[in-house]
Parts: sequence; structure tokens; C-alpha cells
Amino acid sequence: MEKHNSSLSERRNFLKLFAAGGIGAIALKNILSFFNVKFESGEKITALTPDGKLVSVLKSQVETHVHHPVTQKVAREGIPGKKFVLVVDLARCRNARKCIEACEEHHHLTPDRPFIKVLKVQDNPRSSPYWMPKKCFQCDNPPCVKVCPVGATFKRSDNIVLIDNERCIGCRFCMAACPYSARVFNWGEPKPVENYHEPYSPETSVPSRKGTVEKCDFCPDMLRENKLPPCITSCPNGVLFFGNALEDSVTNGSETFRLSKLLRDKAGYRYMDDLGTQPNVYYLPPVDRLFPFKEGDQPNS
Amino acid sequence: MDNIITKLENIGVPVKDDDRIENDLMKHIGAPGRGIKFWVFVLLIVILIGAFAYYRQLRYGLIVTAMRDYTSWGIYISNFVFFVAVSLVGSLVSSILRLSKATWAIPLNRISEIIAVAAIICASVTIIIDMGRPDRFFNIFIYGRIQSPIIWDVIIIGTYLVISLLLLFVSLLPDIAACRDKLRDIPKWQRRFYTYFAFNWKNKPVQFESLKKITAILGIMVIPVAFAIHTITSWLFATTWRPGWDSTNLGPYFVSGAFMVGTAIIIVAMYFIRKYLKLNEYITDRHFDNMSKLLVLLSLVYLYFNINEYLGPSFKMVGVEGEHITELFLGSYAPLYWFVQIVGLILPIIILVITPLRKPLPALIVSFLVIIGAWLKRFLIVIPSLQHPYLPIQDVDESYLHYNPTWEEWAITAATFAGALLIVTILIKIFPVLPIWEIKEERKAYKPEFK
Repeated sequence: MEKHNSSLSERRNFLKLFAAGGIGAIALKNILSFFNVKFESGEKITALTPDGKLVSVLKSQVETHVHHPVTQKVAREGIPGKKFVLVVDLARCRNARKCIEACEEHHHLTPDRPFIKVLKVQDNPRSSPYWMPKKCFQCDNPPCVKVCPVGATFKRSDNIVLIDNERCIGCRFCMAACPYSARVFNWGEPKPVENYHEPYSPETSVPSRKGTVEKCDFCPDMLRENKLPPCITSCPNGVLFFGNALEDSVTNGSETFRLSKLLRDKAGYRYMDDLGTQPNVYYLPPVDRLFPFKEGDQPNS
Repeated sequence: MDNIITKLENIGVPVKDDDRIENDLMKHIGAPGRGIKFWVFVLLIVILIGAFAYYRQLRYGLIVTAMRDYTSWGIYISNFVFFVAVSLVGSLVSSILRLSKATWAIPLNRISEIIAVAAIICASVTIIIDMGRPDRFFNIFIYGRIQSPIIWDVIIIGTYLVISLLLLFVSLLPDIAACRDKLRDIPKWQRRFYTYFAFNWKNKPVQFESLKKITAILGIMVIPVAFAIHTITSWLFATTWRPGWDSTNLGPYFVSGAFMVGTAIIIVAMYFIRKYLKLNEYITDRHFDNMSKLLVLLSLVYLYFNINEYLGPSFKMVGVEGEHITELFLGSYAPLYWFVQIVGLILPIIILVITPLRKPLPALIVSFLVIIGAWLKRFLIVIPSLQHPYLPIQDVDESYLHYNPTWEEWAITAATFAGALLIVTILIKIFPVLPIWEIKEERKAYKPEFK
């Protein structure tokens, strides 16, 4: 919660800086009104007009640009020129659970229904178990989207599968259809979000609504600002690599790899690929591990 | 003469005057007695408790149920499947038996149509109760995607409801007219009601001719729709990526189970209607015998599909599918599973295959077993599958691992049953429960010299 608020205000400060530095945009009406009020006293700042001129305006006249969540229509289309993918390096995960915490903060979730789960998986009795971080696979052939009776969940051009919780009727057919159990439901009243007054957008999925479905959404609101989702940046071991398949690169924040080479060299695979869902989450096998497997203390593992 | 009487008795039609038939079949209409008032009162209490539980669900959300992220469908959905199954009986009796010229079943036509209408209404109500956002019900029409099996279900349920209502209402017309003409001691509003809904029926031959034509067309139309309604309901499961539902057998498996439970429900309805409306001469032991035979036949078909459904997966025991089968056969669901298969399916076949046991009381008891088994069977189809997803259930609260329905869920489910019974009771109370004109007609067909 704190972290989210601070990141919001950080964003505001950052954008104010843009305006003050003259590279932010100001609304045309402000420029027009500026001429009417230019003899008024007050602190002045320099701003760049849409037609490329530097002007000096009253600070009080500048509409500070805050990030507005995109509209429903834009949210259904996806970010142009992107095909987002996630690569999970199973050799690096030690179940630190920082991704789960970061996700919980970013999406205002309660601990009982996380978007990310870290599962203990053992492929066969002779192999060593390993930790498998699992979120929505953003399938190219998504069962959830196929079954939705009202198109509340949809597939975008940038690979992301989103949910419009203003349209969802709460039939939970998508939850039954998803073979990866990626979806969670707001069974009761969701956790209230304080100090948030932006309009709802499927990209921010804030606020959550009672009686609707939610899931991991790759945080498109962050991606719009060219920022990595919080789960990627919060991982202490750099397990999660995120990127744009069209650029053929993925990064965990500190290391960047060529996607095709990484998957080729490390025998990347998709979980239960045989179901035909065509996920956009790839796993690198847990070989040459950074950590030996140690049982976690999460419930019911 | 003897020959004709035997023939008449064989088809369950007594040798009586038209007037006597009318009198027998309409005498229960009129001011409600003490018994029925008490019965309706009990039903209303159950519905009220259910309404209160639903109010709590609306207010606090589906959190008042025991459903959670893995068991995301519970007894509402299994109850929905049950009611859809029951609704198929309308087509079985009044259409399949009619088309196969099983004239003995004519007195059962209306009962089955009434039950079908009540069941389909309650199925629709149940599915709305299951919605997380019932306030957005109209999104189904505003944003409906024809690709979604839910939309197929909405369309087919709507179609089936309309055809069932038409089938019930059209065949009621001459009897409503009889109520209008013959009933004397009824309140004014009721007479006006009959006058209005008789649609100016005058017992003209031309009217009967078109009535028979319409009934025949509807009777044929309803069969594919009835098959579709339950097949599509099975596709709600078969189109998902779930062990236990991922089966091509699911359509016929559901349809055959539906016909079986429908037959059992007709036997129960026959028993109580015969007892309380004193219609022993119209619903005879022969009806119980025939319906019991039908129940045995349909149970055998269902048994076949059950074996077909479980043998393959239990032979191969593939991964999670195998875990699911183990859970049903030997695990925590084993008592329920074997109760359903043995007491709800095999035992009824064994009992009713014995001729002396195809009498009203044993048939009633067996039918109750079948109905209980059928309801629990839907529970076993819906819930254990959801608890065996491909990925292991880990990292969640203890409560997510089990499913024990809450009192709200039971109260609402009980209320849907009470609602169905209330609809049936009201329709029986205001209309002749056996089709008078059809019984008269049948009688004339076999007794030309008395015309």
C-alpha cells in the first residue's frame, strides 16, 4: 500500500518535473488563458507548447499531467508494436516470495488470493523438487476468453489477456476453463483502496469489484510507461525476465538476454504446452541451480 | 364386450361417462382445503428462508457460500444441472411416448408438462443465483458472445421454456374451456380467468383438428430441443480444460441420466396426485408397472453410460485424471460415489425388475432413491473435478481445499425445490391435472358403439 502510494506520488513528481523542464505538454486552453492573466503576479515556469515554442507561464495555470488510466476502448486494443513475454528461470528461484508481495501491493490484493503462486513441483519421484513461480500465462489460444459469455475477458494485440470488471457477470466459467488455475474471484467485498481517485480501467484493474474475476495482467499500466511490472523488479534473484518478443529481448532489470537465444540455449519450454493454449510464459529448466531446494513455510505446500 | 373392457383397462382408461370423467378430474379445483393451505404455507416458509439467505449473498457476496477459488462452482451449479435434467421429462412423456403411440401414458401428459415447466423455471432462477453479479444479468444480451457455451445454454433454455409452455398451454385449452363451462362453485375472478385463457374455445371439430396438429408439431419440435438443452448443459463442462469433464461421452451421459430421474419424478408425482386427488381409477397400478419398467430401461441405459464414462479413465489412470478417479472410487468422495452408483442406480434396477415389486409403494420408494442419487450424482460431477486441477493446489488457505456448503447454500437450494413444488401445486390446483379431452377421446376410440 505504502509502496504503491509512494510510486504514485513519485510518478506525479516526475511528471511535474517534465512540465517544469519544458518537455511536458500543457493544455491549449491554458496557453490561451495565459494571455488573459499575464499581468498577474506569481511564480512562473517555462513550458513547451504543442507547436514547439518555449513559453513562460504562471505555475498556477499549468495543468499538471498525471497518468490517466486508459479508456476501455484503448485498454481492449493493447499497446502497439508489443508482444509481451515472460521467461521464468527455474534454476534461480528459491521461493523468496518477493514477487508475490510486490504484486499484492501493486494490485491491492489480500494474501488469500494472490495472482502469483510459487508451487513446489516434482516432475518424477527421482528428480529433485523445485519452485515454480506461476502467474497467468497470457495464452495465445486462451480458454478463458473462449468461454466468456459477455466478452469481459479479452485478448489484446500485445499478448495480454485482460478482464473488464465492469462487464464481468461473475459466472466463473473462465475459472473452470483455465487449466492453470490462474484466476481468482472477489468472493466478498475487496480490500478498499485508499487515496486513489482515478477512473477504472481494465489496465489498472483498480478498484477490484465484488463478484468479479481477476488475475495477473502483466501490469499494462506500468508497461505503458515503459516500466517493468513490480514482480520482475522485486525478485532478489532475477528469476523473472520480461520483454517484447518483437524486439527479441527479455530483461530481469539487471541482465538482458536475446529471447530466442535464451530459449534455444537453455531449452526453454512452455508449461503443459500440449493443451494447445499457446502460453506466452516460458520456463527454463531447473538445471545448475543457484540454490538447493529447501521446503518453504507457505500454507498447504 | 369383455374384450373391449380388457382393452380399456389395459390402457388405463375406465369405462365411464364423459360427465363422470369431467367430474372426477375437476372436483379438486375450487376453494383450497386445509391440507393444501398448510402445504403451501410450508413451501412459502422454505422460500422465505431461501430469500433471506439470498439477501445475505447479495449483500456480502458469494463469500457466504463455501465456494472458493478452486471449487469455484458448488451446489448451485449441480442443482442447476439437476433441474435441467428434470425438465427433460416433459418431452419424454408427452412427446416420445405420445409419438410411440403408448396410449396408456396419456393421463401422464399434463403432469409431465407441468413438471417440465416448473423445473426449467427453477433451473433459470438457480443459474442467476449462482452469478457473482446478478445486477449485470442483461450484459448477457448486450454483450452476448455466440462463441460461449453459456450463450448456447441461454438460447436453448429460452427455447425449451417457450415450447414447454406452449405444449402445456395448448393442450390445456379444451380443459380450461371445460372449467369455464362446468365449474359452478368458483369465485368470480377464477371464472374470468378461465374465460380469458380458454381463448374462446368452443369444442368445435375444426378447433380440435388444429389443436392436434399444433400438439403434434410441438411434440416433434420439443425432442431435439430437449436433447440439446441437456447436451449443451453437459458442454458447459466438456468444453473446459478439466480432468473429469474432458469427455466426449458427457452429452449422452447427461441426457440418459436426465430421462432416468425424470421418470422417477413422474412416479413420485403420480403417487401423490393419485392419493390426494383420489384418482385411483385414472392412474392405475398398470401405470406404476409401466413407468417402473421404463425406469428400469432408462436406468440400464444410464448404467451403460456410467461404465463408459468411468472405465476408460480408471483403466488408464492418467495423471490428475487418475487422482480424480481414485478420489471418487477410494478417497473422500467414495461413500457418496458408491451410494449413488449402488443405491441410486443398481438397486433400483434390481428391485423394479421383479414383477411383484412394480407396485405404487415400492416404486415410490425406489423413485426417491433415484432422485436423491441423481442430485448427489450432479454434485459428484461438478465438485470433485474442480478440486483436481492440472496444477497442484498449493499456497492457499486451508478452506480452499474443501467444499462443505454453507447454510445459505442449502437454504437457497431448498428454496428452489420449494419453488418448483409450489409452481406444480398451483398449476395442479387451478387446472385439471389429467388431460380430460384426451382421456375422453381415447375412450371413444376404443368404444365406438357407445358414441
